[in-house]
Amino acid sequence: MAILDHHKILEKNATLLLVFSFLVVTIGGIVEIAPLFYLENTIEKVEGVRPYTPLELTGRDIYVREGCYVCHSQMIRPMRDEVERYGHYSLAAESMYDHPFQWGSKRTGPDLARVGGRYSDEWHIDHLINPQSVVPESIMPGYGFLRDRMIEPTHIDARITADRRVGVPYSDEMLAEARADWLAQANPDADAAGLQERYPGAQQRNFDRQAGVSEMDALIAYLQVLGTMVDFSTFQPDQHR
Amino acid sequence: MADPRDQDPNATPTPREEQVARNVGADPTDPHESPANPDNRISVSRRAADAENAQQIIENAPETLTGVKPGARPTSRMSQRRRVGKNVVEVQSTGHSWDGIEEYDNPLPRWWLWTFYATIVWSVGYVLAYPAIPLIHGSTQGFIGTTPRDEVAVDIKRFADANAPIQQKLASVELGTIKDDPELVNYTANAGRAVFNTWCVQCHQAGGAGASGYPALVDDDWLWGGTIDDIHTTILHGIRSPDDPDSRYSEMPRFGADGILDAAQIDQVTNYVLALAKLPHDTAKAEAGATVYADNCVACHMEDGTGDRAQGAPNLTDAVWLYSEQGRPTEARIRQIIHDGPFGVMPAWSQRLSEADIRAVASYVHSLGGGE
Ligand code: HEC
Ligand code: HEC
Ligand code: HEC
Repeated sequence: MAILDHHKILEKNATLLLVFSFLVVTIGGIVEIAPLFYLENTIEKVEGVRPYTPLELTGRDIYVREGCYVCHSQMIRPMRDEVERYGHYSLAAESMYDHPFQWGSKRTGPDLARVGGRYSDEWHIDHLINPQSVVPESIMPGYGFLRDRMIEPTHIDARITADRRVGVPYSDEMLAEARADWLAQANPDADAAGLQERYPGAQQRNFDRQAGVSEMDALIAYLQVLGTMVDFSTFQPDQHR
Repeated sequence: MADPRDQDPNATPTPREEQVARNVGADPTDPHESPANPDNRISVSRRAADAENAQQIIENAPETLTGVKPGARPTSRMSQRRRVGKNVVEVQSTGHSWDGIEEYDNPLPRWWLWTFYATIVWSVGYVLAYPAIPLIHGSTQGFIGTTPRDEVAVDIKRFADANAPIQQKLASVELGTIKDDPELVNYTANAGRAVFNTWCVQCHQAGGAGASGYPALVDDDWLWGGTIDDIHTTILHGIRSPDDPDSRYSEMPRFGADGILDAAQIDQVTNYVLALAKLPHDTAKAEAGATVYADNCVACHMEDGTGDRAQGAPNLTDAVWLYSEQGRPTEARIRQIIHDGPFGVMPAWSQRLSEADIRAVASYVHSLGGGE
């Protein structure tokens, strides 16, 4: 066939093949990616979704560093069994400030998209130190060392600046107060009015129940906010999205 | 030795080669497919171990190569193979050769190829049926007019409708009368267990057996009360839950951590608690601990140590312990509890579970053995 003969030219010329492959991938990329920036259903605004507090952001980095995403997804699919088990299916907007997102598809453990508030801090401490102490048949490894690793908000401004660069709307005030907010959230006695104003609904506690701020404080602060930002008693999903 | 024909691109196929070509469904007159084309043949020099062996191969072409009668109707590749034997059907080379490694033109397995074509056909239908192709103002909506969001809503509604009558009844009756209605008893036993196994076992353990810090729900020792109403309230609003202003709340002071008692006093009152529970203790210390207890603990745990349900203060005289080590109360654990102050938290479930589900699980817990 004639077209196949023409194709032979590409097959026999490496540079040409490269140029044309690149062209094909570019067209495919534009068709698949560009609509995401303007199509209604991918840019649905949902009330309540806010950027992570500085402490939650640190916890998220620990979550990523420890590879929790290897066993846990963070996306509840729109299927009845998932909704029954985990809660309302995930909305695109809920991960709009996630860089990178943690959706995943590998579930060795349960989905964590709505784990916030489902357990107490004590349970998370017990579970992270020794998962088998609360779930005897668990195969999750222990992460007790997180409680011994004390942390400081040394790089938090740079971290927030990085997120700002990729479009997370942290205000100048949020950036200026990042260290103070980071410290206040893990200290139940600190004045948190500013924190609450900047990050509505932020929970302020001594998450790991011991003095000082450990990596476990940050991780539990992150786990406890997962999936809690949107109020589903008032949210009305648009069925045509 | 080399086969002279390997060097001759214009060689005409021998009758044997023609037959072989037909056997594999190739056209011997097409130079691209013809076995006479050296590109399409595995040269004898490569097949042979040495020159002598090459000579033998050329001279003794296997009989089976002509296993099909000349002029016979072309049959399927499969039956030809079966008839002439796999070894004689020489797969054509694509003519590509790298460092003497040749690429053969093996056909794809038919089952695979047809499955592949079927998926292509399926995808066309799928793309038309469901929302798929992004356009300028939204994507194509699909002719069955449904979205994943629609489908899950319909699915959930289907099950909700099926259960609606019994759930409405469950949510509207007096809590105390659930146990007298066989239909509700039957429903709550199943639905309640399902809710429990999804949302509660991680803390209260299988069957409500409990673990240190997470009370057993099978015994008749209740922190906050064991009537169905008490249990219902506990589940609805949780205990010390930060998310629910109506949560049950009380806070045992952190006697050691906040410096209310010194180490000696804690030691004494620990022994007094051990004495109350009839566990091995130091009698002299326990006697001294009686005053510490009277001054600091009676408001919640009561004079006789039997506790106060209004404040969720446990009974210290019985064999049931909320905080333990490997299932037993130990002196060290009790001392630590008095020093650090316990703060057991149970989440509130009013936001996550429907009233019917909460009633079902309350009724299930009530029926586990200790319900009052
Ligand atoms: C080897 C795989 C694996 C890794 C890695 C892992 N987990 Fe898990 N996780 C599990 C399994 C399995 C379960 C279910 C059993 C259980 O609850 O322990 C689970 C359960 C959980 C739960 C309870 C979820 C629920 O709804 O019951 C939380 C929270 C959790 N993991 C957090 C984490 C965090 C945080 C990390 C990283 C520090 C992590 N996991 C790493 C396997 C893993
Ligand atoms: C995060 C762990 C956790 C989960 C999940 C949990 N509970 Fe609890 N629950 C507790 C703790 C801790 C207490 C005891 C609090 C205290 O110290 O007073 C408790 C107490 C109770 C009590 C009161 C016991 C008494 O003696 O008065 C009931 C009833 C109960 N839970 C039922 C449930 C049910 C039903 C569910 C599931 C819908 C559930 N719990 C899920 C941790 C949990
Ligand atoms: C303000 C009320 C209050 C006071 C005062 C109080 N307690 Fe408690 N105590 C509680 C509560 C509530 C719990 C259960 C806490 C929980 O569930 O987390 C508890 C639990 C305990 C336990 C653990 C029981 C178990 O089953 O594991 C011990 C031991 C104990 N208290 C001893 C004392 C002693 C000794 C004192 C006095 C020095 C004292 N408490 C004073 C409210 C009080």
